Amino acid sequence: MQVNENKEFQPLIVAFCCNWCSYAGADLAGTNRLNYPDNIKIIRVPCSCRVNPMFILRAFQRGADGVILCGCHPGDCHYTSGNYFTRRRMTLLFSMLDFLGIERDRTRVEWVSAAEGAKFAATMNEFTEAVKKLGPNRRLEDLRCRKQ
Amino acid sequence: MQRIGVFVCHCGTNIAATVDVKAVAEALGREPGVIVSQDYQYMCSESGQNLVKNAIKEHKLTGVVVCSCSPRMHENTFRNAAASAGLNPYLVEIANIREQCSWIHKDIASATEKAIILGKAAVAKVHLNAPLTAGESPVVKRALVIGGGIAGIQTALDIAEAGFDVDIVEKKPTIGGKMAQIDKTFPTLDCAACILTPKMVEASQNEHITIHSYSEVADVKGFVGNFTVTIKKKARFVDETKCTGCGLCTEKCPMKKVPNEFNMGFDNRSAIYIPFAQAVPKVATIDPNNCMMMKTGKCGVCSKVCSAGAIDYKQEDRLIEQQYGAIVVATGFEPIKLDKYDEFAYNQCPDVVTSLELERLMNAAGPNGGTLLRPSDKTHPHKIVFVQCVGSRCDDSKGKPYCSKICCMYTAKHAMLIREKYPDTEVYVFYIDVRTPGKNFDEFYRRAVEQYNVHYIKGMVGKVTPRSDGKIDVQASDLLANEQLHIDADMVVLAAAIEPDKTARPLATMLTTQMDTNDFFTEAHPKLRPVESATAGIFLSGACQGPKDIPETVAQASAAAAKAIVLLVKNSITCNPCVAHSDELMCNGCSSCEKVCPYGAITYIDKEFKMPDRTIAVRRVASVNPAVCQGCGACTVACPSGAMDLNGFSNSQIIAEVDAICK
Repeated sequence: MQVNENKEFQPLIVAFCCNWCSYAGADLAGTNRLNYPDNIKIIRVPCSCRVNPMFILRAFQRGADGVILCGCHPGDCHYTSGNYFTRRRMTLLFSMLDFLGIERDRTRVEWVSAAEGAKFAATMNEFTEAVKKLGPNRRLEDLRCRKQ
Repeated sequence: MQRIGVFVCHCGTNIAATVDVKAVAEALGREPGVIVSQDYQYMCSESGQNLVKNAIKEHKLTGVVVCSCSPRMHENTFRNAAASAGLNPYLVEIANIREQCSWIHKDIASATEKAIILGKAAVAKVHLNAPLTAGESPVVKRALVIGGGIAGIQTALDIAEAGFDVDIVEKKPTIGGKMAQIDKTFPTLDCAACILTPKMVEASQNEHITIHSYSEVADVKGFVGNFTVTIKKKARFVDETKCTGCGLCTEKCPMKKVPNEFNMGFDNRSAIYIPFAQAVPKVATIDPNNCMMMKTGKCGVCSKVCSAGAIDYKQEDRLIEQQYGAIVVATGFEPIKLDKYDEFAYNQCPDVVTSLELERLMNAAGPNGGTLLRPSDKTHPHKIVFVQCVGSRCDDSKGKPYCSKICCMYTAKHAMLIREKYPDTEVYVFYIDVRTPGKNFDEFYRRAVEQYNVHYIKGMVGKVTPRSDGKIDVQASDLLANEQLHIDADMVVLAAAIEPDKTARPLATMLTTQMDTNDFFTEAHPKLRPVESATAGIFLSGACQGPKDIPETVAQASAAAAKAIVLLVKNSITCNPCVAHSDELMCNGCSSCEKVCPYGAITYIDKEFKMPDRTIAVRRVASVNPAVCQGCGACTVACPSGAMDLNGFSNSQIIAEVDAICK
């Protein structure tokens, strides 16, 4: 995203939320009017394990500055074990991103239950701040994809 | 060419106050494929839905995007509207611009910009939506009720009355639950046993109800309409079919020093026991940890005196498997352990008791035959202090953050009963707030204060110290008079917070239902679907969902029964069409997907393929059973060849959303 001299850098953040816990948690944050930055754009998936590492790379390629993946707490997955798969897959993906020199703070996996609206908002505030500090994603963005 | 309609809802001012809905409709109208873009005050209202329906017919739409509240709220509403206008319901997408935009942002410009991006993502997705047809799966006409307290009993009775078979699984040797231990009920002061025990008998005699007492749910498989449940019948070392409940064995048992759980340990029972006189089923149970025969192999008195020959020391736990269409959870509550509350001297002083213990002390079938005596020296207490909110409404990790709801009323009941029976006894109640919402509840509380002269003092008890003369020093503050008080009490009663039963969390994992951070089961919708869990076919009854008194529990139990009946009367139910499917041309039969599927929905079949050289090759390919697949998508990521995809959340759809957001 653009960086103006007089305007603070506004990162673009994609949040994948599982339908049963985290998306409901985000709804609860909304119902309770808990503010978090508009940098966060949520994509609903049935389960965090539906998120293919490709989706995250795609987001970075298309210019996202941070990607956060939210699922049910371990043991509470609506589909019994989906978030365990997520945990393992993302550990691998993040270590690969680390190898590529992508800052660790650009990606995050967070467990947010349907009851944790406050946690959802707090996590999003915190994550946005962390990504803001890192500045724009230059390493993975594919400039050919940038809209003119 | 796609013909997409976009409908932007104002939601009164809920959305329109922070999002410029006209600008959103205009911007989305310029998206490729969008041929109509409108805004309306209440899209979910009948006229709003008609707007959508008419547009579908008039413009021959092939896709609909509704920018409104959360899809968890109204996705079905708009899908049904689309279906009634002749559009496949799965060609509707919702952009959540209320909960995830207008309600959390204040700046109109940036909120509008975000709403447009969310709308664009939904439009990008709907371009790739495919019409889906839901399959059907049969419904097993039998229900399982987990927990045999008043909630479980009421649910089972109601389902049985509709003509369906019901099984009750109860972990204790008898059904009845906490209500069986309670002396009187508020606000009518009628005896709990007198209204509960007839229901217990009714449940045992109903031809449609099977009671599995002393049993636990060991495993749950399957899905709505067709659950397979394994029930573990714990060995009670007594043949249930032979035992007549005469009780001779309990009299003759030489081991009589086992604390009686039913009377909260105030008296003793024998190693072979019937929990209480009205137990259902009235069958003896041997407690293997205390039975001499089990421990040393020497005794066998009970088997000698049993004329029915029901004693079987070699009995083992038995697993039974049964199919159910619906499951109702009624696991109830437990008072919290007070180990962390040293200031109330609960563990040091026998005269500091919990409210549930007081129920037993005052009960006619209790240890003292209904006379209220101090547990320590069996004398009559003249000054009793009640402490409210012990562990409820706590902001630290010691207690619970919520209000246990029932304590204010039962304390008023206890105070009133004590003042009625023993007018020479002074009763003090220390409270933070008195909460009495409920029919005839406040009148009841006021009677305790005005008619029975119970001393209600706003303030918390700081310390309870047992003294050597047998009295208990209660140090407290009176917040209204702003003074410190010392009361020489004879007894202290703690209104301990209630928490969900310990078995609830492992059960929730088995049922794949949600729980909140306090381990209460989460309902599908806090206002509109209070007795259903978010998992189809699982219903919630009683205090497992949140603290409740008896009338509320019974109301919820009947509501859960009604919901279960609605499911059971159907011969088949429509399945979720958002399931995985495998592209057989791409699948190489590697089994990666089968290994990650939690439902066992993926099997492998040998399929014939016509090869380019006109030969026929047989290959092993994955095949998904759509009735078993729940649509989590674990397999789609595991698949190395990209053959697996998920209807409704396909790879291309999610990537389209990512691209739309990142543009």
